[in-house]
Amino acid sequence: MSNSLNILAAVCAGYAALLFLVAFVAERAAKRGRARWLNSPIIYTLSLSIYCTAWTFYGAVGFAARSGLEYLTIYIGPTLVMVGWWWVLRKLVRVGRAQRITSIADLISNRFGKSNSLAVLITLMAVAGTTPYIALQLQSVTLSFSVFAAAGPQDTARALDSSEATAFWVALGLALFTVLFGTRNLDVNERHHGVVMAIALEAVVKLIALLAVGVFVVWGLGGGLGPVLAKIESSSISQWEIAPSRWVALIALSGAAFLTLPRMFQVLVVENDDERHLRFAAWAFPSYLLLISLFIVPIAVVGRSVLPAATNPDLYVLSIPLMSGETGLAFLSFLGGFSSATSMVIVAAIALSTMVSNHIVMPIWLRLTGGGALMAGDLRNVVLLSRRFSIIGVVLLGYVYYRLSGGGAALAAIGLVSFAGVAQFLPALLGGLFWRGATRNGALAGLLVGFVIWGWTMFLPSFGPDAALSAAVLAQGPWGLAALRPEALFGFVGLDPLVHAVFWSLSLNSMAFIVVSLVSFPSPLERLQGAQIVDVFKHSSGGQRWRGGMAQSEDLLLMAQRIIGATQAQKLFRNAASAQGLEGYLPEPTPEFLNQLERELAGSVGAATAHAMVGQIVGGAAVSVDDLIAVADEAAQIMEYSSQLEAKSEELSRTARQLREANEKLTELSHQKDAFLSQISHELRTPMTSIRAFSEILRDAQGLSREDQGKYSSIINAESVRLTRLLDDLLDLSVLENGQVSMNIEAGNLCDVLDRAVAAAGLSGRLSIMRRREREQLPITTDLDRLSQVFINLIANAHKYCDAPAPELKIVARAREGRITIDFIDNGLGISRDDQRVIFEKFSRLGDDRESGAGLGLSICREVMQRLGGTISYLPGQGGAAFRVALARAN
Amino acid sequence: MGKTVVLVEDEPNIIEAISFILSRDGWTVHTHSNGDTALAVLETRAPDLIVLDVMLPGRSGLEILSDIRAHTALAQTPVMMLTARGQTKDRERALELGANRYMTKPFSNAEVLVAVRELVDP
Repeated sequence: MSNSLNILAAVCAGYAALLFLVAFVAERAAKRGRARWLNSPIIYTLSLSIYCTAWTFYGAVGFAARSGLEYLTIYIGPTLVMVGWWWVLRKLVRVGRAQRITSIADLISNRFGKSNSLAVLITLMAVAGTTPYIALQLQSVTLSFSVFAAAGPQDTARALDSSEATAFWVALGLALFTVLFGTRNLDVNERHHGVVMAIALEAVVKLIALLAVGVFVVWGLGGGLGPVLAKIESSSISQWEIAPSRWVALIALSGAAFLTLPRMFQVLVVENDDERHLRFAAWAFPSYLLLISLFIVPIAVVGRSVLPAATNPDLYVLSIPLMSGETGLAFLSFLGGFSSATSMVIVAAIALSTMVSNHIVMPIWLRLTGGGALMAGDLRNVVLLSRRFSIIGVVLLGYVYYRLSGGGAALAAIGLVSFAGVAQFLPALLGGLFWRGATRNGALAGLLVGFVIWGWTMFLPSFGPDAALSAAVLAQGPWGLAALRPEALFGFVGLDPLVHAVFWSLSLNSMAFIVVSLVSFPSPLERLQGAQIVDVFKHSSGGQRWRGGMAQSEDLLLMAQRIIGATQAQKLFRNAASAQGLEGYLPEPTPEFLNQLERELAGSVGAATAHAMVGQIVGGAAVSVDDLIAVADEAAQIMEYSSQLEAKSEELSRTARQLREANEKLTELSHQKDAFLSQISHELRTPMTSIRAFSEILRDAQGLSREDQGKYSSIINAESVRLTRLLDDLLDLSVLENGQVSMNIEAGNLCDVLDRAVAAAGLSGRLSIMRRREREQLPITTDLDRLSQVFINLIANAHKYCDAPAPELKIVARAREGRITIDFIDNGLGISRDDQRVIFEKFSRLGDDRESGAGLGLSICREVMQRLGGTISYLPGQGGAAFRVALARAN
Repeated sequence: MGKTVVLVEDEPNIIEAISFILSRDGWTVHTHSNGDTALAVLETRAPDLIVLDVMLPGRSGLEILSDIRAHTALAQTPVMMLTARGQTKDRERALELGANRYMTKPFSNAEVLVAVRELVDP
């Protein structure tokens, strides 16, 4: 016993050393940037083989021996995903790269508004779901040890007792390896080239080992292909009935788990270097699965025939070469199983520790230290430390589960518990990737419901009766509620426990997710992230934008140094600064830079934490107005549309206003026209009335005195003159208003023009004119006759309307700057304020004096002055009526 | 003994013409040319007929007309309106307010005589 065990220990140590070496070399090569071969799609595909754990290596044979071809479902699921769902994978990888996703918890929390509660829940679920799986690996390694140790597979039961210590040491060894290679440094990209290389090597080892055992079994023991096939034909495996519900459930489960297992997510998405690798892996990985499953049935059938009936079929792969005395093959087989177990534990521990550290430890630590993220020393060490303890904690949890579950359950059964646990992420994951309407609350609800049902119907019962749940609860339900029996929920009896658990947990999970998503409203950040992730192919860069107005670049640099290391951080900052055209290490905290920084930090501490940390420094971590606008395309469209509408309605109301104004103007014009016509009519009819009346009197009346005849004839004559004058004025005004009149501009003297006007006004001597002729010696160049017409009008008005007992008119000429003013001021009562506004309007004859004039005089004056480039205005506050005529001075 | 008529009109030549025609026809003619004081004059004179111009200084002919129709003593007195504004709107308004006759200037003398006779001796 001790002999073979010692050799085994030595082989293990040697193998571990080889893995170290490979990982170390790969890491160094990656660091020096000479690692193109690291980026090969072959390595990527091989790393995916951590899907095939010790469960597959050992358990598949056991599975086949117990349930026939059903073991194939575990391979069919991933194959279907790889081949048929390449577009889902592509999107996952694209999102993972665009958002710098570090884990499945990070992705889902990122999608739903960087919600940390969601990340915490997923982390807890992932830990709970992965723990049995890690236990499974420990169990398989321990079993394989014990097979060697007992020097005979019959004694496994006894060997188990003495191997609890083995399990512990194995667990510790794995934890140490993972700590050493998983947390050697805090990689910005969260990529582990060394680890990936090591697990690629392990993938090769396990494939070769299983193929070697298969070849040995078929051609060494079975006597060739023909006899083995015949043996298979006659064995119970081929007769095993296929249970459709179990097949469907298992294929769906393994397909789901392939996407959602934390370790699969790690290699599939996080460690992916190149999206194009997926194309290669799409056929290469199913081929790998095909190869690894090729000899399962022959091994199971031959093993059953050559080994004692009590032999654990889970260990046929090891027992057959041992029993046949093929020690070398046995060692190879052991190494294959060891590889399967260790690679799974290493990657799972890395993936889980990232989640635990980023979503649980760091947020708590950040909260405990409050805003002192800057003050509290090197954050990088804190992250590394929390990663390391998380790794040790995760592996030890697996060990505890292994001890608690008694190591008794079949390997395959434990694996399925895990699968079903992590499969609960699927609705939130797919919904998050493809459905913009999915919300954080929906995801939380779905996950919680799925998790609770999984725990109740699968996880707790997996410990066996009377371990976690009493046999009574299993049989009768809690408190005797039969509807809640763990293996017959809601009274569904007779279903296979696995199918039962998968059906209820996933369907209620999905239902809760969809229903709650539909009734809850997403926050702006959720909508932003949703848009970016669902439409990742439309805009492949992004992240929520910061507005870094008051951010302190220096604080950001201090923080970044503590997270991603001084060199890395300084390089990042210097590059950003030089990209902005600045010298030194401190770039402007532009939104672009802050987003870039956040992504870099997210690689180390996860998106939610990075967001929170940048937010702490930048301040106002809340969503900005800009973000709100950017949130969703439809929001932008709505705003665009409404602003268009607004513009349109503004335009409409402007047009309406213009129309209304035009209408008012037209109405007013129409009124003015009516009033004007009415006035004209009155002015014409009045003299005509007199003319007609007196002409009829002259014609018809008998015995008129000569005196009366003369008087009436004079009236007719006067009224005729009045009519003529009115017509002249009207024509004059019409011509002036239409601009048809031509001015006769000539040089003259103001005094002369006034002399002429006073003479022509036909004063009766009642009005005395007061002038200062010496001041009137001003040269003017204008239409002298028209100007004179204006003066005559003003003088005649004063003559007619001045109501002073001794009426007088002062005419004051002044030469001012650039112009000449001539004021006509009488000593009457003047014109009332109301009337001042209308005197220049047509027919605005004031008062009751109707003896002459048609009320067109001032209108004509205004028109004339306008033609001459001057003005005429009423001058208020002068005592009597006062008019000022102003005209430009002659040069 | 002739009937009395009060002529409220502001155009001197027209006053002269109408006064001449009606006097020759046997009327006693009183004239007045201010709208504001017209009603008081009418009260004093209590004429058999009123001839009222529309455009008057002060109160307009239409306003005086409605005063007349509201006045106990004058309400039944026939009124003939004269206007130089040839708008149908004015005519309708005048008839509405209770004018018995509406005449647009210029008019023939014979027309005036026929109208006033009809108004006083129906």
